[in-house]
Amino acid sequence: MDWSAFGLSLELAAWTVALLLPVGIVVGRFLAWRRFRGKGFVEAALALPLVLPPTVLGYYVLVILGDNSPIGRAYETLVGQSLVFTFQGLLVASVIVNLPFAIQPTQRAFEAVPIEVREAAACCGMSQWRILWRIELPLAWRGVLTAIVLTFAHTIGEFGVVLMVGGNIPGETKTIAIAIYDRVQALDNAAAGLMSAVLLIISLTAIGLAFAATSSIGRRNA
Amino acid sequence: MREPDSGLAARIQQETPISLDTSIACPPDEVLALVGPSGSGKSTVLRCIAGLNRPTRGRIVCRGEVWLDTEKGVRVAPRHRRVGMVFQSYALFPHLTAIENVMEALGDRSRATRRGEARRLLDLVHLAGLEERKPGALSGGQQQRVAVARALARDPEVLLLDEPFSAVDKATRQKLYRELAELRQKLRMPVVLVTHDLDEAILLADRLCILHRGRTLQEGAPFEILARPASVDVARLIDLRNVFEGRVIEHRASAGITRVSWGPYVLEAKYQPAFAEGETVAWAIQTAKVILHRRDRPSRGDRENPIGGGVEEFIPLGETASVAMKVDGIPELPLFMSIPLHVAARNRIALGERVTVSLLAEGIHLMPPDTGAGGA
Repeated sequence: MDWSAFGLSLELAAWTVALLLPVGIVVGRFLAWRRFRGKGFVEAALALPLVLPPTVLGYYVLVILGDNSPIGRAYETLVGQSLVFTFQGLLVASVIVNLPFAIQPTQRAFEAVPIEVREAAACCGMSQWRILWRIELPLAWRGVLTAIVLTFAHTIGEFGVVLMVGGNIPGETKTIAIAIYDRVQALDNAAAGLMSAVLLIISLTAIGLAFAATSSIGRRNA
Repeated sequence: MREPDSGLAARIQQETPISLDTSIACPPDEVLALVGPSGSGKSTVLRCIAGLNRPTRGRIVCRGEVWLDTEKGVRVAPRHRRVGMVFQSYALFPHLTAIENVMEALGDRSRATRRGEARRLLDLVHLAGLEERKPGALSGGQQQRVAVARALARDPEVLLLDEPFSAVDKATRQKLYRELAELRQKLRMPVVLVTHDLDEAILLADRLCILHRGRTLQEGAPFEILARPASVDVARLIDLRNVFEGRVIEHRASAGITRVSWGPYVLEAKYQPAFAEGETVAWAIQTAKVILHRRDRPSRGDRENPIGGGVEEFIPLGETASVAMKVDGIPELPLFMSIPLHVAARNRIALGERVTVSLLAEGIHLMPPDTGAGGA
């Protein structure tokens, strides 16, 4: 069992969730209620990671964040190190890959909040912040929880993009999915099997908890 | 920006999504009902007052405070307008209890203060004991009461009610009518009620504003509009069934009458000099102003605009009957009247029977002729 890879995966998943949660809420809420020109295009672009092969996505992330790109150069000038093949680069890639998992469930959940309820909150004199906190989030909670779980589980299991952008640097970019691949290549089936089982249990537990929590919330609100 | 307090005054104009060009005024202590068919724009007017819709042009002033002035670029956000709004679907917060729903509208005061005040408001709407229930566990009438309590929680400067009785059964509605009538004795604010139900509007409002296709057709006291609709369109909207065409023959100011020809008849109406002699007019009479002559005992009143004809339709409706008679010499449109069932029985009113009636002169109301532009 590669505990360092396991720890790195958890850290990457936690950071990805932490960064994507506010993005998912803000963008999901915006897309749920605003109509604007080009909305379909924006939604399609945000859903792209769902259908694009991870290697293609990884390639473009590499091109955009690489040392020869303006973003890569700017980052190196500011921070003093390259973005690709580092944990930070991996995190940026992970955030991009997980955009649809964070945004779509929250968007659907906000869409389900009746417009009259939000209008009633405004007529009650509540501030935007209070409406979000007291009315919208409690009503959209299931979608937000689903987004957290999907993003977390998907990040832990992500392979293609991680390999393309992060490579296989122990302690820096070698996640548990890469470690499993690594062990299989080295014909160490026992370690690969153990890590696969751990990954399976974590994913199943996360999804199961989310389902249980959302269905009990559903019953309470009914 | 403050101006003298004259209740609520709103002028609203817009072309889309629904055409509106209307002005309403509602002094403090008064209930104004906006009445009109679906799509007449009545709910949109209410939403503009609350700030939920943005009209292209307009001015809304409430208790001296300017909420909207498109010319001066003033547009106060809904949460800064002190409105109490009761939505048609009540729009309660489904995850909060009744008392929490009300507490949310009580601002930033301490939790204990808000709880106490919310309890007082729920008492006011007769909901004591149900504070901890969520909306899903309350009946339609109880939900409406929570919505009213929540609307009052802001200490609003105007109370806006959007078809608040449409989602409850008839018995509950009668009860809620009484409660609203009782509540308004305690309130000192303009109340604007939107409804498509004319009877409800007459029951609850001090003044009616008849809206049609985004325009105010007439504004006034309920009895005034019922007795004297300003146009054939208004007459149709208030379901006045006796609307006919005639011509002014002459005015007799000294006798207080205007004589109007109607087919072969010459009717005496109350004096209405706004229409010139010789002018074609529409005229209307309420069914209650059509008086059946008794077969057994003719009276002096029978000489007032006597009309004969045959009973074409006889429909008992509870304790009264709606009777349509085909008037001799005027085959096109029937004359409707409403008579108590026992009177109908005593006078042997039945299909095909001949009857004579009087059209009360004071009930004959003249209007400009129908241009055919409206139509409900």
